[in-house]
Amino acid sequence: MSLLIGVPKETYPGEKRVATVPDVVEKLVKQGFRVAVESTAGDGAQISDDAYRAAGAEVIADRAALWGSADIVFKVRAPSDDEIALMREGQMLVSFIWPAQNPQLMQALAARKATVLAMDSVPRISRAQKMDALSSMANIAGYRAVVEAAHAFGRFFTGSITAAGKVPPAKVFVIGAGVAGLAAIGAASSLGAIVRANDTRPEVADQVKSMGGEFVPVPYEEEGSGVGGYAKVMSEGFQNAQRQVFAQQARDADIVITTALIPGRPAPKLITADMVKSMRQGSVIVDLAAEQGGNCELTVPGEIVVRNGVTIIGYTDLPSRLARQASTLYATNLLRLVDDLVKTKSIDADAVDVDMNDEVLRGTTVIDKGEVTWPPPAPRPAAAPAPAKPAPAVSAPPKPKAHGEPSGPMSPGKSAIVFGGGAVLFLIVGFFAPRSFLEHFTVFVLACFVGYMVVWNVKPALHTPLMSVTNAVSSIIALGALVQIAPEVANASASMSRPTEWIRWLSVVALALVAVNMFGGFAVTQRMLQMFRK
Amino acid sequence: MTMTTSLLTVAYIGAAILFILCLGGLSSQETSRRGTRYGMIGMAIAVLATIASAYVARSGLPYILVAMVIGAAIGLYAARIVQMTQMPELVALMHSLVGLAAMLVGYANFIDPAASAQLAPAENTIHEIEMYVGVLIGAVTFSGSLIAFGKLSAKISGKPVLLPARHWINLVGLIVVIAFGYRFVTIHDLQAQMVAMVVMTVVALLFGVHMVMAIGGADMPVVVSMLNSYSGWAAAATGFMLSNDLLIVTGALVGSSGAILSYIMCTAMNRNFISVIAGGFGADTSKPAAGSVTPAGDVHPITAAETADALRQARRVIIVPGYGMAVAQAQHTVYQITTALRERGIDVRFGIHPVAGRMPGHMNVLLAEAKVPYDIVFEMDEINEDFADTDVAMVIGANDIVNPAAQEDPTSPIAGMPVLEVWKARLCVVMKRSMASGYAGIDNPLFYKDNTRMLFGDAKKMLDEVLVALKAG
Repeated sequence: MSLLIGVPKETYPGEKRVATVPDVVEKLVKQGFRVAVESTAGDGAQISDDAYRAAGAEVIADRAALWGSADIVFKVRAPSDDEIALMREGQMLVSFIWPAQNPQLMQALAARKATVLAMDSVPRISRAQKMDALSSMANIAGYRAVVEAAHAFGRFFTGSITAAGKVPPAKVFVIGAGVAGLAAIGAASSLGAIVRANDTRPEVADQVKSMGGEFVPVPYEEEGSGVGGYAKVMSEGFQNAQRQVFAQQARDADIVITTALIPGRPAPKLITADMVKSMRQGSVIVDLAAEQGGNCELTVPGEIVVRNGVTIIGYTDLPSRLARQASTLYATNLLRLVDDLVKTKSIDADAVDVDMNDEVLRGTTVIDKGEVTWPPPAPRPAAAPAPAKPAPAVSAPPKPKAHGEPSGPMSPGKSAIVFGGGAVLFLIVGFFAPRSFLEHFTVFVLACFVGYMVVWNVKPALHTPLMSVTNAVSSIIALGALVQIAPEVANASASMSRPTEWIRWLSVVALALVAVNMFGGFAVTQRMLQMFRK
Repeated sequence: MTMTTSLLTVAYIGAAILFILCLGGLSSQETSRRGTRYGMIGMAIAVLATIASAYVARSGLPYILVAMVIGAAIGLYAARIVQMTQMPELVALMHSLVGLAAMLVGYANFIDPAASAQLAPAENTIHEIEMYVGVLIGAVTFSGSLIAFGKLSAKISGKPVLLPARHWINLVGLIVVIAFGYRFVTIHDLQAQMVAMVVMTVVALLFGVHMVMAIGGADMPVVVSMLNSYSGWAAAATGFMLSNDLLIVTGALVGSSGAILSYIMCTAMNRNFISVIAGGFGADTSKPAAGSVTPAGDVHPITAAETADALRQARRVIIVPGYGMAVAQAQHTVYQITTALRERGIDVRFGIHPVAGRMPGHMNVLLAEAKVPYDIVFEMDEINEDFADTDVAMVIGANDIVNPAAQEDPTSPIAGMPVLEVWKARLCVVMKRSMASGYAGIDNPLFYKDNTRMLFGDAKKMLDEVLVALKAG
């Protein structure tokens, strides 16, 4: 009997997301699971029961029956007390849990002797990115924040010049360039706004730029990267400098989107009441940290308030406001988690037994068969995750010399050897060689140097033409053949038995071979060079 | 009309200057065509001046004319029909011609008693050494280039053929050559000298064959440029033999050019010259490769349509072509894709690794053939830092030159080799026929990265599909 994955309807008020979508159901079924979805579970995300049925899921109307029969339960929000009461021993639950903030929930779950995987506890390492639901949700939140802001903002985002007059572009200031912040930057800049952004981690400046934003640094020296790619609490001096930057940006901006969160702490208050007061009438603040108390002092979590003519949006359910997209991404994250569970044999034909040696699964599992396993042992020092400075990997390979660059001074010892060796060689040549040879030798050595200088200037892109042209030029050996075909000087010493015919034919053959090269080489070089165009 | 010796010398100097200008012209695409023309003029001056000089009697003219016409016809025909993907073969074949010609000229000079009639004993010794060395280099160039041609045109397997005790065989060959060389110089009997010369030639030919046979496909750029260098040295040696300064100058130019190219290629592969020449890549490194940890992980496949989607949504794209593109003749499709993307305002550039392809600069020529403008084609050093800013990096038929193991795994056989950092792009699409490893015979962790998508299939076919999807969308 294969395992049954149950997906109940979310019960939290206003929650529109659902933990699976038909596309993912299809893939789960293909992997050998049975999937049961509670009737109307997908309504909020505009997915009908029929769509689930068509994908191979069973649709069950009775919630208790669903909880009772499922071996694995997929949820978005942490279960309510009612739902916990429906759980049975040995069941696996996968959802957001937030164990640090919900100790009572953890106890209740542990009491049911269930195994619980918290999607918020997936370790932030590269391998686990595909199941990082927090990033998926943050991405949506960032996008939705811009949409909400645009909705509340009374003007265009794009600047344009119309017949009715000039429209200045909206100025958006984004605080915190994490996943949500970057998504907001991207969405705002593609709507045509001028986007600036700040983050305590200076290394994200490039990412901000790549999304179309401009990075506003805080002029204060401190490194803000904490463990696992998150930000950390900053010093007093830094915070002062930061406040000044924010105050200035707030005055200038039409829209401020704040996304600053530090794991396990209340959100830092970055936008003060005074700053709000300094903003223009009609400006908008979207506070993505509302759930943790908000980055703005005036934020009311879950609501929209207007203060001094500034609209402050404190929605805590932005992902749910884009339910269909959020459900799709979340369901895909769960699917990836299932892939890993299957691969590590944590779930097979009829048993659930999480492989606690797997780093990702270990981190995600917060309760293992009734035993609280949270928090996991400290993550290994951030090597894989994120943009933490280009780690001094493998004794930074020596940068190859760029073309045309002088090869740099040799070490004194080395150059002494080279020059010493050269001197000895020249001494020997000078000692033994006759004068006539030395003349040619001079020419030879100088020509080598000229060749060296000239060829270093050749562009790498032209190396193939260089080879074919040098090849053509080496046909100069034709002269060697020419002078031997019928030398007039030979007549003088005709008395010697000279195998004239032999010499001539050898030379003629050599000349023909070289002629192939000479004409062919130049012709093909020209042909190649003609192709290079701008 | 016979030119005086002085006039001839002046003509030679002129030709030498033109040759230098010819190579100098290649420092940029704009001046390169003019440079080649300088080379042609130089060559014409040198040949005509020689024919007009006292060295060539009127009676020789018909022979010269016939030989030149036949050679020219063949050469021009070959230059016209050759495919740009076959350039490495053609160049290798032409090197072998120079080598053979140098050998023949050397022999002709050797059997000509007039050549050394007026020489003093010391000069005669030098002259004999010059002849001997000239023929030696010519023979090695000839047979080596011929094998290189066979390998490049796939007439011979590209796999390195490693005889047991191959270094000893080479050493014995060297000793034989030196021993006979000594004999050749010391005895003065034409018959015995001839024997020494022939033995040396045979040994040199075998050495050339053996040397190139032992070299693997990925090292071909080094070999081709090395043979290029040899053909130059052969010309220079002939110049010494005939006391002809123009030959010496030109030979030295070509020789040092080839040597520099070999050096650049070696640096680009992080290998030293000796080890390339001494033996094949795959063979020497298979042991450490097997021992190193194979990167486990998922390979994420992607379809052509999805690739087209990713490209369409990108703002900055870098294409990294490799030998696979040449094999599949996909450069024209690559160009069409490039044009389609550029029309959409997407910034498309090319990143070329110095050893991509089978000869230095091979990829540039292919892209140029496909009309890709050269100002969007960049070398590795110019573009490597831009990958972090790139949305999609598309790797077409390349493997070792984009292997992150070179930077990340100090035990990897290619550790330290400069590579194109395609994995830093937001998305990296790798086109490949299968999961087989590259010439270096090592696994590529790039394929398992989370931002890498594999597009399996023949590069041309896949790119065609991408192009269709791109135009449809």
